[in-house]
Amino acid sequence: MATRSSVLIQTLSLVALLALWQLAAMLADSRVLPPPLAVLEVLIAGFEDGEVPYHIGITLARVAASFVLAMAIGVAVGIVMGRSKGVDRFFDGWLVLFLNVPALVTIILCYVWFGLVEAAAIAAVAINKIPNVIVTVREGARSLNPDYQEMAQSFQLGRAKTLRHVVLPQLFPFIAAAARSGLALIWKIVLVVELLGRSNGVGFQLYTFFQLFDVTSIFAYTLAFVAVVQMIELAVLQPLEAKANRWRR
Amino acid sequence: MAPVTQLEIEIREKRYPQVGLAPAHLALRELRMSLRGSEFACVLGPSGCGKTTLLHCIAGLDESFQGRITLPSGRAGPRPVIGYVFQNPRLLPWRTVVENIELVLSPGQTRSGLVDELLAATGLEAFRHAYPGRLSLGLERRVALVRAFAVQPDLLLLDEPFVSLDEPTAQRLRLLLLQIWRDRPTTVIFVTHDLREAIQLADRIVLLSPAPGTVLAEIPVAIARSERREVAVVEGFRNKLIRENPALYREL
Repeated sequence: MATRSSVLIQTLSLVALLALWQLAAMLADSRVLPPPLAVLEVLIAGFEDGEVPYHIGITLARVAASFVLAMAIGVAVGIVMGRSKGVDRFFDGWLVLFLNVPALVTIILCYVWFGLVEAAAIAAVAINKIPNVIVTVREGARSLNPDYQEMAQSFQLGRAKTLRHVVLPQLFPFIAAAARSGLALIWKIVLVVELLGRSNGVGFQLYTFFQLFDVTSIFAYTLAFVAVVQMIELAVLQPLEAKANRWRR
Repeated sequence: MAPVTQLEIEIREKRYPQVGLAPAHLALRELRMSLRGSEFACVLGPSGCGKTTLLHCIAGLDESFQGRITLPSGRAGPRPVIGYVFQNPRLLPWRTVVENIELVLSPGQTRSGLVDELLAATGLEAFRHAYPGRLSLGLERRVALVRAFAVQPDLLLLDEPFVSLDEPTAQRLRLLLLQIWRDRPTTVIFVTHDLREAIQLADRIVLLSPAPGTVLAEIPVAIARSERREVAVVEGFRNKLIRENPALYREL
């Protein structure tokens, strides 16, 4: 729980950052380093004409789609590789390869092969993320407690019940870790995908402002974006995790 | 009622292969025993003689042995329902007491009220919604007992279920086990290395040798269970057994 002094410190730290920004902007006195108030004005205007919510909404939808896709495939493959030594040995080389392919390469190839379409954009992001999910979940699947497995088997729980109530709860910390690092990565890759091949979304907007040298708008979108990401973290991820961990002492 | 043979065990050999630096290990050899319906058998043997391995083979957790195990046919289907109480309680820490028990039940059993009865009989009602992490080892073991009885097993396997408890707690749980078993008779294999415990509980004691485990002797315990509460009765029987079976003294 946040105590009153820690809230105070956090507020002070935020104010200090703003002050530093203001000071730098005043010293630079340049179009490419706007002061906080100018950014705020652009941000408010962007919300009023609906531009900012529209593009952030589009980006969020892409993040959600590729996140769900990457987690579903990554968790399934991770469990299989963690449980079967043969499968693990066979696909380990592929995994190492995909882990090390630069995100940009995947994106370019997806656009070249499938065209500049929505599916290619989402697939490119998911493909970038899947190997990380597999590696994390595989670690969890390797460390499943055999005691629980034997319990499930001797009481004849069956596959579905064992997976849902015995295996997945043990994997939960690993899946949560993959989800968190996954979101952090996906946010960033989605912007690149939008910049390279979509005509809407935050990434597309940033690219447009870059061409116009409109740093004020870039700052405005960045702040809005960071705020939305934080809100999802606080309002969705943390409560979910707290609920799943309520049995821990 | 004629005693019907319920469980037939014939293990010619159970061997663990060499793994890395651990050498191959012959755990069981020429182990034969059979149980009648609703018989309470204690398998007694020194540590490391293959008692847990035997239970794993019976429960189908380990199928890589040579030999044959004929299980009783189940009341509810072709496969018998097995209740297993492991050496450690093995409750899922993310499920409450009652959720742990209900997980292993069939839908009909969940509604039957049996769980409530068993929780009441074991004094666990106050802990129904507690997570296992908050329970003492003695309480966790009670939950494990309830879980094994709640499936209405055709065969109940218990693997030293009361070790590392203080003696009064262990004693209370033994009496509790006998009481639940009396009310819901089923075939029981109870593994232990404690002769006094075996005398207190069993219809018959099956004595195993050190590894590779084989049956050295089968000793009926022909004393009414009500009399076995007397320490002197148990001690007297124990001394007599040790005189008659020097192997018991050597190995336990």
